[in-house]
Amino acid sequence: MGKDKNILLVGVGGQGTILASKLLSTAALSQGYDVKMSEIHGMAQRGGSVVTQVRLGTRINSPVIDQGEANMIVAFEQLEAYRWAHHLRKDGVLIVNSQKIIPLPVLIGAAVYPDNIIPRLRERIGRVVEADGLRLAAEAGHVRATNVVLMGICARFMDFPAEIWQDALKARIPEKLLQINRKAFVLGYDYAAAV
Amino acid sequence: MQTLMTGNEAIARGAYEYGVRLAAAYPGTPSTEILENLAKYPDVYSQWSPNEKVALEVGLGAAIAGARALVSMKMVGLNVAADPFFTAAYTGVRSGLVVVSADDPGMHSSQNEQDNRHYASFAKIPMLEPSDSQEAKDMVGLALTISERFDTPVLLRITTRIAHSQSLVELNDPQERPLRPYAKDARKYVMLPAHGKARRLVVEERLQRLVEYAETVPVNRLELRDRKIGVITSGVSYLYIREALPDVSVLKLGFTHPLPPQLIKNFASQVEKLYVVEELDPYLEKEVRAWGIEVNGKELFPPYGEFSAQLVKEKIRGESSVQAAPFEAPVRPPVMCPGCPHRGIFYTLKQLKLVVSGDIGCYTLGTMAPLEAMDTCICMGASVSGALGMEKAQPDLAGKVVSVIGDSTFLHSGITGLMDVVYNGGNSTVLILDNSITAMTGHQDNPATGKTLMGQPASKIDFVALARALGIRRISVLDPFDLDRAKEVIKAEVAAKEPSVIISRRPCALIVKTIDPPVEVHDCTGCKMCLKLGCPALAWDEEKKSVQVDTALCTGCGLCVNVCKFDALRKGGAH
Repeated sequence: MGKDKNILLVGVGGQGTILASKLLSTAALSQGYDVKMSEIHGMAQRGGSVVTQVRLGTRINSPVIDQGEANMIVAFEQLEAYRWAHHLRKDGVLIVNSQKIIPLPVLIGAAVYPDNIIPRLRERIGRVVEADGLRLAAEAGHVRATNVVLMGICARFMDFPAEIWQDALKARIPEKLLQINRKAFVLGYDYAAAV
Repeated sequence: MQTLMTGNEAIARGAYEYGVRLAAAYPGTPSTEILENLAKYPDVYSQWSPNEKVALEVGLGAAIAGARALVSMKMVGLNVAADPFFTAAYTGVRSGLVVVSADDPGMHSSQNEQDNRHYASFAKIPMLEPSDSQEAKDMVGLALTISERFDTPVLLRITTRIAHSQSLVELNDPQERPLRPYAKDARKYVMLPAHGKARRLVVEERLQRLVEYAETVPVNRLELRDRKIGVITSGVSYLYIREALPDVSVLKLGFTHPLPPQLIKNFASQVEKLYVVEELDPYLEKEVRAWGIEVNGKELFPPYGEFSAQLVKEKIRGESSVQAAPFEAPVRPPVMCPGCPHRGIFYTLKQLKLVVSGDIGCYTLGTMAPLEAMDTCICMGASVSGALGMEKAQPDLAGKVVSVIGDSTFLHSGITGLMDVVYNGGNSTVLILDNSITAMTGHQDNPATGKTLMGQPASKIDFVALARALGIRRISVLDPFDLDRAKEVIKAEVAAKEPSVIISRRPCALIVKTIDPPVEVHDCTGCKMCLKLGCPALAWDEEKKSVQVDTALCTGCGLCVNVCKFDALRKGGAH
């Protein structure tokens, strides 16, 4: 078993961060890890920022990741990557989906969506993997599989055997959507190897 | 077999395993999923009640009748249920009764941050506090045992972090708990003063026995390690201590009312420096201090918000880690969904410059820019009664106030307010936003949806007939997508010199199965009127000087088509 890992999944309500966290926990549990997850829902499901914290290791106490202690952040949206980036460890990896979802204060002109988010993140963070998750998911068969594309990328940075992820997909995804999602996962996995 | 469960799922599992026969609740974050999960066990009868007071009375009735029962609610729900809660301490139970209170430190989804541990001492009822999902499940069993052994309801107090965090839980087979036979016992269950006086003494005597029990109950656990620092803690804070300070001695309290004085004094005498680490109020700390024990608590730790391992390290070890500064990111608040039937109503209320006495639900988001059409929001049901007070006391507000309340909230505690309006000759206009679901908590059924928690068909409350029965003569029903009519009706009803009820009827956008094609933009003039609706599917494109429709989000509701004066926004799919 590897070292303890802290992973933050951040995005916008409705982007599928919860399924992503289930894939991750299913894979980790099958590898014998202790797992704790914490997510706050409620009002956030109405298009607000959402965050799921996943911790895995030999024995996990706190369900919450301290600031600056995340080994990995998987951001489903650029602005959310920007919002949570300071939670990453110095040696952490940031996976960021290129998608932008404009929050209401920006839509109505009360705030500005920051420019050049990715270059600014790269300035501060050593390892940033940017991916056009929507495009890869569309290639796999449906844009809604973006979350699984991102988990494919995440899998590259985890030390689980590849078949464990396949089992997790089978356990968590309905049969009729499995083929698209398997493809989405592989596209993400291969993409991460190429960058 | 071990499985990952949230605290809420684990409590539901515990109810199933430990022979609960009846469970009742009103939905409220962070407690809602307890009953949603219980409904998956068909052996347990579970139901949504119209409010928490009713739910607790149903649960108490079941326990008096001889069945194990569980009732759950968010912390403000216990305010509503406080009346039966206090007297249930006097009557006691025949079979076990657990009352779950889910508190919300950090106010993720609540209007206040009250610490419901005070309810246990206030009502003289024993209390348990789990630290993770396994304990949450086990403590349902322990609570039922204590409830039956000491003949009292038991409060199981959790917080958002326990309710919504997942950890491993060992599953067991359910235990068969036969019903206890019912026997009339008026001295115990009829709380008229003479009986109450006798039971009052029973309550005190029981508390004494519970103190003795608390001294030895295994969930109050001494963990002696390095004696330089000792920490008394409970709930999720225990996990933060273990994470941040694995070497310190800990007195972990799982049974937190009444507290065990000997155990605490004994622990205090064995450590050099004593801390109490607890979220929210100094509940444990005050008690410990009252016994003359010197402790460090709220002078270090805040009485508000959630704690973390990091905070514990900072406050006890004095380790302030250097943190990277966050990037400046605009906030992403929750918003009314595209196609939400509430949006047009708030747009209209703002146009009419009315004073809006608001309530609790998704529609409270009508407070936010750009709609900004809510003046007050206090608690469930306060919109209707609050508006009556406003118009009675402040002549300037007469004819300018409307109350806005959702279907589920109206049934929860708006009906009595409306009765008050009729009885005391108010002129209020009450807008019932009927989206046919309890939406904010994640779509639960209610007495107006025609379905029960367990999926059975049910009779539907008819709001028109109900308002008429209460004595309202002016009743209108409108479609919130028809903005012109909505404006006309609201204007007329506010001007009327008698109370009126307007029912704005359209199902929540998230439960509607069919959607219309997205709205199309043709030669936008750039007036930006449509942006005043605050729809997430509409954005201003500065380069093109035109509004853009996000076709993936747009449900084709046509509200913006109604608002556009230049025919630039058109219903999609027309050609």
